[in-house]
Amino acid sequence: MNDFIKDFPAFDDRRYIYFDNAATTQRPRCVTEAIEEFYRSKNANPLRGLYEWSIKATDAYENAREKAAKFIGAEKACQIVFTRNATESINLVAYTYGEENIGAGDEIAVCASEHHSNILPWQRLANKKGAKLVWLEVGADGAIPESEYAKIGEKTKLVAVAQVSNVLGQPKPIKKICETAHKFGAVVMVDAAQSVPHMRVDVKELDADFLAFSGHKILGPMGIGVLYGKENLLLSMPPFLRGGEMIEYVTRESATFAELPHKFEAGTVNAADAAGLDAALDYAQSIGFDYIESQDKKLTALLMDGMSKIPHIEIYGSKNPDEHCGIVTFNVEGCHPHDVSSILDTDKICVRAGHHCAQPLMQSMGVPMGSTCRASLYFYNTEEEIYRFCEKLAKVREELGYGS
Amino acid sequence: MDLKQMYREIVNEHNLHPSHKHDTENPSVVLRGVNPSCGDDIFLQLKIEDGIITDGSYVGSGCAISQASADMMLDLVIGQSEDEARRLADVFLRMIKGEASGEEIESLDEAAALENVSKMPARVK
Repeated sequence: MNDFIKDFPAFDDRRYIYFDNAATTQRPRCVTEAIEEFYRSKNANPLRGLYEWSIKATDAYENAREKAAKFIGAEKACQIVFTRNATESINLVAYTYGEENIGAGDEIAVCASEHHSNILPWQRLANKKGAKLVWLEVGADGAIPESEYAKIGEKTKLVAVAQVSNVLGQPKPIKKICETAHKFGAVVMVDAAQSVPHMRVDVKELDADFLAFSGHKILGPMGIGVLYGKENLLLSMPPFLRGGEMIEYVTRESATFAELPHKFEAGTVNAADAAGLDAALDYAQSIGFDYIESQDKKLTALLMDGMSKIPHIEIYGSKNPDEHCGIVTFNVEGCHPHDVSSILDTDKICVRAGHHCAQPLMQSMGVPMGSTCRASLYFYNTEEEIYRFCEKLAKVREELGYGS
Repeated sequence: MDLKQMYREIVNEHNLHPSHKHDTENPSVVLRGVNPSCGDDIFLQLKIEDGIITDGSYVGSGCAISQASADMMLDLVIGQSEDEARRLADVFLRMIKGEASGEEIESLDEAAALENVSKMPARVK
């Protein structure tokens, strides 16, 4: 047990072991309370009404933007665009910046370990424009070998890379990738969905051009995500979706658009979940990344050590638990990951099984049947849960008919 | 029957020691079933003479439940008419969605043991 568990209503039922934090985290009570509080005391359409409730709703929404900006070290709040999730953030960039700046013969460098969300928008754009996707391969540990950097060159217009792979957990040297891309005038789209919950991220220090993350992976509600962009880039981009709230002036023939960031936030915004995200980021800050990182390292080391003592388990990625950000992807020899997950489910253990929305990575890893199991931890997981998980995992093969 | 029991009593045996996992010589039809979301990839091979399935087999890979169901299905349909095989397939599909009657499920013989899969919506594709 640890002191955080009482903050999470989902953990009232201690029979469950939740090891699918890379998919979504649990939410502390303060987050659901903030959402409830929004609907109870300031529920009006934000940014529109001139009365008290609407002004309070607007404040809640814009305070969340300030909080998100500070959280990732953005200079100005207007550099934060709220979206539904990291996927929408990346699509926004592809459909606006990409459409305007990437053309026939240009190259988009995509890291081979990307989640589909940072592949498919670029694949569509490349196919439409006659641009080329260039793959930055990764080694078995998930790292990009030095030689791959040579693929970023004069033709490169954009580099798409996740700061932390959702399969291997290996953190990428984003600062170095940005430096390389910037030498050739290319911009970098950083998918920070897996990194923002686990490490201090500073967009200025990284010199990232665009950076995306999802609220629900860092204790916040589902349905609110963040896109950060450099101000000059955001200013130069056309709107993504068009409609209410994103305009300055509209006639029958034409329209001019609102200032940043509202230009990119058409329609009634998700203010309640923004308030939830605000509370989530406060909560994460109160825990602190020193603690989160030390807990990631300690628990991952314990988990990998426990799993390595179980025969017939293969763990993917780096041998060093410090390079996993709490993510341990594995297979049980001879057993399909879906069967493994179903057996663990009978012991109330939640782990992910499948391709983890990273099929190109699964293909290059050559894993059996293109899928794996994944246990992903967060600071609220406990040593006791890891012992119980290893104990149950050790029995899976026998449950599936081997050696019994 | 709980899930572990279903694996232990039915699925594991068919998955690890299938009776029908091999090639059929000169099959009348070969059907490929692919489920990219879980990596199942099965080729079903059937020999049909005068509307009767006289022989059949499967090759390919997938989770234990998919492999065992292919094996059990072949146990069930070899020797049956095409129409009866289609009826059984329909009953099976409705069973795993929780929509088949008890009597219908009984006609599936050993495959009826997979009824529990209807309680695992994530495994029904």
